[in-house]
Amino acid sequence: MSTNVISGNGNNDVKLPIYMDNHATTRTDPRVVEEMLPYFTEKFGNAASRNHEFGWVAEQAVEQARERIAKLIGATSKEIIFTSGATESNNLAIKGVAEMYKEKGNHIITQAIEHKAVLDTCKRLEKYGFRVTYLPVQKDGRIDLDDLKRAMDDKTILVTIMTANNEIGALQPIREIGALCHERGVLFHTDAVQAIGKVPFNVIQDNVDLASLTAHKLYGPKGVGGLYVRRKNPRVQLVAQIDGGGHERGMRSGTLNVPGIVGFGKACALASEGMAEEAVKLAALRDRLKDAIMGQLDEVYINGSVEHRLPGNLNISFAYVEGESLLMGINDIAVSSGSACTSATLEPSYVLKALGAGDDLAHSSIRFGLGRFNTQAEVDYVAERVVDTVKRLRELSPLYEMAKEGIDLTKVQWAAEPTH
Amino acid sequence: MAYSTKVLDHYSNPRNVGSLDKNSAEVGTGLVGAPECGDVMKLQIKVNPATNIIEDAKFKTFGCGSAIASSSLATEWVKGKTVDEALTIRNTDIVKELSLPPVKIHCSVLAEDAIRAAIGDWKKKNGQHSQPQAQPVEQRA
Ligand SMILES: Cc1ncc(COP(=O)(O)O)c(C=O)c1O
Ligand code: FES
Repeated sequence: MSTNVISGNGNNDVKLPIYMDNHATTRTDPRVVEEMLPYFTEKFGNAASRNHEFGWVAEQAVEQARERIAKLIGATSKEIIFTSGATESNNLAIKGVAEMYKEKGNHIITQAIEHKAVLDTCKRLEKYGFRVTYLPVQKDGRIDLDDLKRAMDDKTILVTIMTANNEIGALQPIREIGALCHERGVLFHTDAVQAIGKVPFNVIQDNVDLASLTAHKLYGPKGVGGLYVRRKNPRVQLVAQIDGGGHERGMRSGTLNVPGIVGFGKACALASEGMAEEAVKLAALRDRLKDAIMGQLDEVYINGSVEHRLPGNLNISFAYVEGESLLMGINDIAVSSGSACTSATLEPSYVLKALGAGDDLAHSSIRFGLGRFNTQAEVDYVAERVVDTVKRLRELSPLYEMAKEGIDLTKVQWAAEPTH
Repeated sequence: MAYSTKVLDHYSNPRNVGSLDKNSAEVGTGLVGAPECGDVMKLQIKVNPATNIIEDAKFKTFGCGSAIASSSLATEWVKGKTVDEALTIRNTDIVKELSLPPVKIHCSVLAEDAIRAAIGDWKKKNGQHSQPQAQPVEQRA
């Protein structure tokens, strides 16, 4: 990828392309990389080697990482199981609980806008005879606690609801969800991937029994994650989903990714130190972006709760503009897009559909994910590019013109599409 | 997705953007596609009644870059042609000119449909045989 430096707003230079897709992944913090490096070279031992120095050094590093991760989420180090990432953690938590507690019940509750790693795991369990309730979300992307209460029955063994959504940044009321679960003796798993290191998250205060974590969303490396498994009040048991050498107290066999784990630990240590400050900075940048866009364009809408939201997330719909052409106009900015309607090239977002955003015709949406390395100059540049492109495309949009003439687009009888 | 230079050029500098008076007898309007499908194209032609030559053409498109380029190109191509000549423009010509990949062929089909719909509308207004083409009916809210 070629990069070049151009002048943004005023005297601050920005380097292109600009990365603003930090919900997809984050750049590994240089301090994290630095700490990982020796574990590829001179400290390359297998943490399971009990007979020599190489193994002990690796094991010690893994245990330090475990403590740092536990500290960030208010757990004890024995409650952290290392995995290859949150996809695996979600699979292990949900399938592991289902298999362990199937004598007790066969009902699982989740919600519509979970990550596919949760939804598809639940779908598979349905094939094996489990009953799954997919709660709807309200317009702000949060579940209604009354829906959850109504869905629970004496066969419910697990509730799995994410802490923060990866598309719209909506924060679920996990503390209340956890309390409801604990009142009824139901286990509570949360996919906390997008939340940890971004907003306060504490397994004790938030009544969490299992939590999926991944390093690459908080400036750690890809391919390493963890599962928090509560050890008391209640003690959670899992059936392992990967058999082998019995690593991670039998819950997840496989030689540990020591450099990755070291990086994950360092990333969590950095988050523990800097999260509060960073959240304020990110929210300010996000609001600057939001205000610049909303201030200059009509008919733009924020998807998801404004109040209960990740500080770095902004998800906006632009009416009367098609998604792919919008991305084409801002091709020096890395963001994520979803259209609420079916276009030939962009998949409609099931998350936005679940919010009811697909009910309005002809919107396209952009997810801006701000992170540690974004600057104000970048935000200003992005806002300018987005506003210019949307204005230009609306000049081109017959739908914008019709809407301005007062035509209700939902009442137009559109010609049949020849090829779709 | 990699776009051809011609698509990028039409996307960045679309030709003949705008609207003509759809109530004028000399103007034919084609509106094809549907917002749910992610593309709507409006193409208008202004025909000289004496010569049947398309003297002006305008478009507005809600759709991907290839759809914008296809309709922009279509307006360039119909201008100066007679109505009957314009009817010979095929989507495959557009595909060739813009080097559209297979997934984008439907964008060019839409542009051909838009030309036919605009001409059909003009013919109907002027008492000629209209194309057997479903026309969208705008209903005021
Ligand atoms: C909410 C959520 N859960 C799970 C995952 C999957 O994590 P991983 O990439 O570590 O498998 C992601 C990221 O892609 C995510 O955003
Ligand atoms: S208009 Fe549908 S993909 Fe181009």
